[in-house]
Amino acid sequence: MPLIRLTDVRKHYPPRQRGAESAIAVDGVSLEIEAGEIVGIIGYSGAGKSTLVRLINLLERPTSGSVEIDGQDIAALPERRLGRIRSDIGMIFQQFNLFSSKTVYGNIAYPLAVAGVPREKRHERVVELLRFVGLAAQAHAYPEQLSGGQKQRVGIARALATNPRILLADEATSALDPETTADVLRLLRRVNAELGITVVVITHEMDVVRTIADRIAVMESGRVVEIGTAFEVFAHPRTDVARRFVSTVVSDAPDPDAVVGLRARHTGRLVTVTFADDDTAQADLFAALARGGVGFELVHGGVDEVRGRTFGTLTLALRGDTAAIDAALASVGSAHVTEVA
Amino acid sequence: MDRLIELLPKLGVAAWETVYMVGIAMVVGGTVGLALGLGLYLTRSGNLLENRVVFTILNVLINFFRPIPFVILLAAVQPLGRIVVGTGIGNPMAIFGLVVGSMFAIGRIVEQNLLTVQPGVIEAARSVGAGRLRIIGTVLIPEALGPLVLGYTFIVIAVTDMSAIAGVIGGGGLGNFAIQYGYRLFEPVVTWATVLIIIVLVQFTQVIGNVLARRFLRR
Repeated sequence: MPLIRLTDVRKHYPPRQRGAESAIAVDGVSLEIEAGEIVGIIGYSGAGKSTLVRLINLLERPTSGSVEIDGQDIAALPERRLGRIRSDIGMIFQQFNLFSSKTVYGNIAYPLAVAGVPREKRHERVVELLRFVGLAAQAHAYPEQLSGGQKQRVGIARALATNPRILLADEATSALDPETTADVLRLLRRVNAELGITVVVITHEMDVVRTIADRIAVMESGRVVEIGTAFEVFAHPRTDVARRFVSTVVSDAPDPDAVVGLRARHTGRLVTVTFADDDTAQADLFAALARGGVGFELVHGGVDEVRGRTFGTLTLALRGDTAAIDAALASVGSAHVTEVA
Repeated sequence: MDRLIELLPKLGVAAWETVYMVGIAMVVGGTVGLALGLGLYLTRSGNLLENRVVFTILNVLINFFRPIPFVILLAAVQPLGRIVVGTGIGNPMAIFGLVVGSMFAIGRIVEQNLLTVQPGVIEAARSVGAGRLRIIGTVLIPEALGPLVLGYTFIVIAVTDMSAIAGVIGGGGLGNFAIQYGYRLFEPVVTWATVLIIIVLVQFTQVIGNVLARRFLRR
């Protein structure tokens, strides 16, 4: 049984003006997330991902559809009964949303007080969490005195205070610089690996999901248009949105402008070849080209790695006998070869 | 000047009357106003107790009472004062008028200051499972405390100003003193002495408000 199961959830907002159409934020999403996974949900702003993540802890109520946590449908529970469920689902935010009137210690202790944890136990837990996120020295500082990365660490500690099984991260690194982002992502990975917490990451940055996600769901116009393991989505994106996201971090086939430049600089045939790790095609191809006496040059593309598996898209300029070139290309299979127009 | 020295005991009484009229009005009006402001904030669309009907009623009520000049309000609520405080004249009636006059203004100011709290902070409190009442007491008000203190300081000073009109319905206080012993008896020294005391009171209030607000502003 999946830990989180969304079944055909929809979220419509009532129209702002009488007679206007209601806004559809989430349009029939079904999604299953297993315990222990890190799932990245990526999409452009307005794709509905922030609303989707808020449906998981019922900060937003679905217009229709069911939200099951560990088999229990929580979509229709009254607000007062959601307290216990929410203490099992931590959440961190883009703007951190720390309580500015409370110290770091007070922020982390807050969920524990809400959950009714007795004072001494609370203290123990806060100290433990401060150590986990590396902020023991800042316990009595106020949020205004912290850097962005430190604030997000406090956010993470606060979200973890009640030992939740799920952590929702809503654009948690979007307000941070690249170095701090890497820090926070490392921490999230530790949260997953050391504490076994299921993590759902919402982001518009492909780098983020590439760094930590086991699976990736791509959202567009309120729907999940593509979902797969991180490797599948990176190596074989099936939709245009996914391809656009992948191309933001991975160099792939040359775009039309690049082709014009390549044509000007290289004579001979231009082909784009894709590789994914399981097939040994790359070595085979180079060997075959060498055997056929074909001169080749790598002119565009690159090889990347996701979750320890490599894949790549390489554009080659080939010079030599047409038959020899065709024979060599045949060795990788036509599915992986595209002639550059 | 001799006249002023002669009147000093009366001036002391008048100053005390102003302090206690404003004090009681602020305690009662401040509490009712806080409730009104919270009500407005919480029932506003998208907030914790979203309720369009209640919001509209409160909003119209406040907008109805706020623009009434205090002198006129004092006369207008006199019949109500007879029921509530048992008299339509004197300091009790003046205090009643100040309560009515200030609570709507306080309601609006409280609402405005609560609106400065980042909605995300409320969302964070909800996400850890906190209930509405707890959020109001442990997150909403503490987060807005700095601006709230400044807002209340502003109102204390406005109420001090309003209290000067108490003489119209037979109340005392510094305003009445200045009119009765300064203005009507052609004693500008007495008037100015009273003004000076009011300035000191107002400055004192503002300084306390600023100091407190600085302690609570954590941003």
